[in-house]
Amino acid sequence: MLQLNGKSVPPQGRGEQDPAETLMELREGEHGILEALEVPEDIAQRLMELGFIPGSRIVAARSAPGGDPRVFRVDGSEIALRRETAAALRLRTLLTTQLPDVS
Amino acid sequence: MSGCDGCAGCATGTLVAPVAGNRAKVVAIVGPPNSGKSTLFNRLTGLRQKVANFPGVTVEQHLGKVRLGGGREVVLVDLPGIYSMTPRSEDEQVTHDVLKGRMKNVARPDAVLLILDSTNLGRHLTLAAPVLSLGVPTLVILNMADDLRHRGGNIDTAALSQQLGAPVVLVSASRGEGVDAIFSFLEKETSAPVPVELPIIQDVPRCRVWAAKIGNNAAYQAPAPPLWTRRLDAIFLHAVMGPVFFAIVVVAVFQTIFSGAKPLMEGVESLIAASSDWVGSVLPESAFRSLLIDGVWGGVGSVVVFLPQILLLFLFIGILEDSGYLARAALIADRTMARVGLQGKSFIPLLSAYACAVPAIMATRTIENKRDRYATILIAPFMTCSARLPVYTLIIAAFIPNHSLLGPFLGTQAAAMLGLYVLGFLAAFATARVLKSSVLKSERTPFMLEMPPYRKPTLQGLALRLLDRAKVFLRRAGTVILGVAIVLWVLANIPLHDGSAPPIEQSVAGTVGRAVEPLIRPLGFDWKIGVGLITSLAAREVIVGTLGTIYGIEGEADSKGLQQALQRDLDLPGAVALLVFFAFAMQCMSTLAVVRRETGGWKWPVLQFTYMSTLAYVSAFVANRAVAVFV
Ligand SMILES: Nc1nc2c(ncn2[C@@H]2O[C@H](COP(=O)(O)OP(=O)(O)OP(=O)(O)O)[C@@H](O)[C@H]2O)c(=O)[nH]1
Ligand SMILES: [Mg+2]
Repeated sequence: MLQLNGKSVPPQGRGEQDPAETLMELREGEHGILEALEVPEDIAQRLMELGFIPGSRIVAARSAPGGDPRVFRVDGSEIALRRETAAALRLRTLLTTQLPDVS
Repeated sequence: MSGCDGCAGCATGTLVAPVAGNRAKVVAIVGPPNSGKSTLFNRLTGLRQKVANFPGVTVEQHLGKVRLGGGREVVLVDLPGIYSMTPRSEDEQVTHDVLKGRMKNVARPDAVLLILDSTNLGRHLTLAAPVLSLGVPTLVILNMADDLRHRGGNIDTAALSQQLGAPVVLVSASRGEGVDAIFSFLEKETSAPVPVELPIIQDVPRCRVWAAKIGNNAAYQAPAPPLWTRRLDAIFLHAVMGPVFFAIVVVAVFQTIFSGAKPLMEGVESLIAASSDWVGSVLPESAFRSLLIDGVWGGVGSVVVFLPQILLLFLFIGILEDSGYLARAALIADRTMARVGLQGKSFIPLLSAYACAVPAIMATRTIENKRDRYATILIAPFMTCSARLPVYTLIIAAFIPNHSLLGPFLGTQAAAMLGLYVLGFLAAFATARVLKSSVLKSERTPFMLEMPPYRKPTLQGLALRLLDRAKVFLRRAGTVILGVAIVLWVLANIPLHDGSAPPIEQSVAGTVGRAVEPLIRPLGFDWKIGVGLITSLAAREVIVGTLGTIYGIEGEADSKGLQQALQRDLDLPGAVALLVFFAFAMQCMSTLAVVRRETGGWKWPVLQFTYMSTLAYVSAFVANRAVAVFV
């Protein structure tokens, strides 16, 4: 019934130092600043209503076993997204600091 | 919809017909999902609409009256939550239609109560822009004041009111704090809001910037993050502990429902037996006495026995829904749901279908994609609803010997019950897969689900849920089941032979039963089960009452007698076949009616009925043969 096999997702193909380019690449506890939503217009609209607005700070939180979907902390709420959606949310790379979130 | 009262979720309110001209003021409760709209509605009207801790609980409009001083009243409308004025699902469409005055039976609101979560005001204030620009008198209610205070947040309501050009109050709907201010707003003649400025409401980023600015000007201090939610998620969403915890809970629930409820059920049973004996002793031997004892006590009594068990099930569902764990379960289930082409959001209605398919089918309104929604509607009746519980319990108790499997934690009978639940789930999944890869194929819609903070379920909240549930169950026992029992008793006692009742096989009921017997013989059922299958078309648990009446007339009324009587008439392969039949068959008029309403026609319910009946018959036949080979 529920996802009981904890088959983990392969490593996200990102070295320790490389900045995350999309939300999907954030590891648990890391954060980034959203740059753009590369999804169809109506989905972008809803994501923005949920707080995913370009310029906002997003923290990757816990996930379902296996890493998908993952919960993101944004604008005071916790929203779960699938990897495929998270991969379409691009982060600002220059300013991104992948320090563990302290909040 | 006759049997609709069987399910608390579907009482659509058209309780107040607006009187033309001098009609009562209509006030709509608007706000984001899970902000406490229904809690406030219940507090103001004294009604009991469903409240639970996840987004998307309310899926249709509910009307209620608020009594004010001087005998005046206003009509309050509880609405589904919205994120903006652009509806994306059926439930959001409802709110949209009501606000625009396009909903049948609901006049366009004269005022709005905008209810926002004060602990998340930054984002929630964004909704104030489109709502204020409706130009309707609005009271802005900042809810969850208790939570805000606890976590050290703060807001200057006077400053916020000045910015928004509308009155603002800080309340706690669940505790009743600050609610007086809402009554005085309802009393007053109110005027349209005059905000200092408004952004372009279609532009979400601009609205968010506007909300931030307004919040700043009102000295909004966001509260500290919910610590307990983080701690609990560290367990419930842990890669290993999470699923283990889930499995433990499921096993514990089944064991408790099966054995924990036993003493209570035996208590109810002896009460029923004692009252039946008492009625038997005060009434003289007559047809009327037989009707009461065999028909009413035998029929209704054998169903009422299951009340404790059903309440226990609802207690667990209540804890699941009120705590906020449900949203986490949907998150964990998403990947599995994805495999059959659905998404985690479909999981929430499916879970509530464990209580009853009718509210579950209503709850699919939150699913944005129409094809996903239809697929979820079509598979929901496979989930083991509480009406199947009495049937399963009766047959399992009669045919499966109780051994311990996992020490005191899991017995064979509880395991058999668990197996039937899994069977329903698998049928739902297989069906979804077929539907989603054929007629209901669609693009994948993204899964976005808000995780609410965990809240402690309150004793009062749980107690009220159980009370409502008990009322629904007893009302059903007193109407549908009682009615069937009486009709059946009559049919089992005519035609009269020389002024006395015929042997039951010769009666009208017996004749009908024997007429269908050839059809169900291959499944291992006799004519009595046949009569039960016919009456259970009204609702599943009616078969228990029906067997109670039939065996009552034969002289074995109480449920121990019912078990023994069943053991005589049914062999093990037949019993397993009966269980499988009930797992798959669509025996519920209320469900068919609500599917027709939600899909707007007879096409889907007819398809569903045909498919489920065929599947039930064929699977029961296969199960019968398979078990017969083994024993
Ligand atoms: N701490 C606290 N919790 C509250 C308060 N008001 C409501 N809640 C809880 O918030 C959760 C959501 O309440 P609902 O009334 O169902 O919210 P709703 O806005 O009707 O939700 P939807 O129908 O899903 O849009 C429930 O768990 C309530 O018990 C409050 O003032 N304080
Ligand atoms: Mg509600």
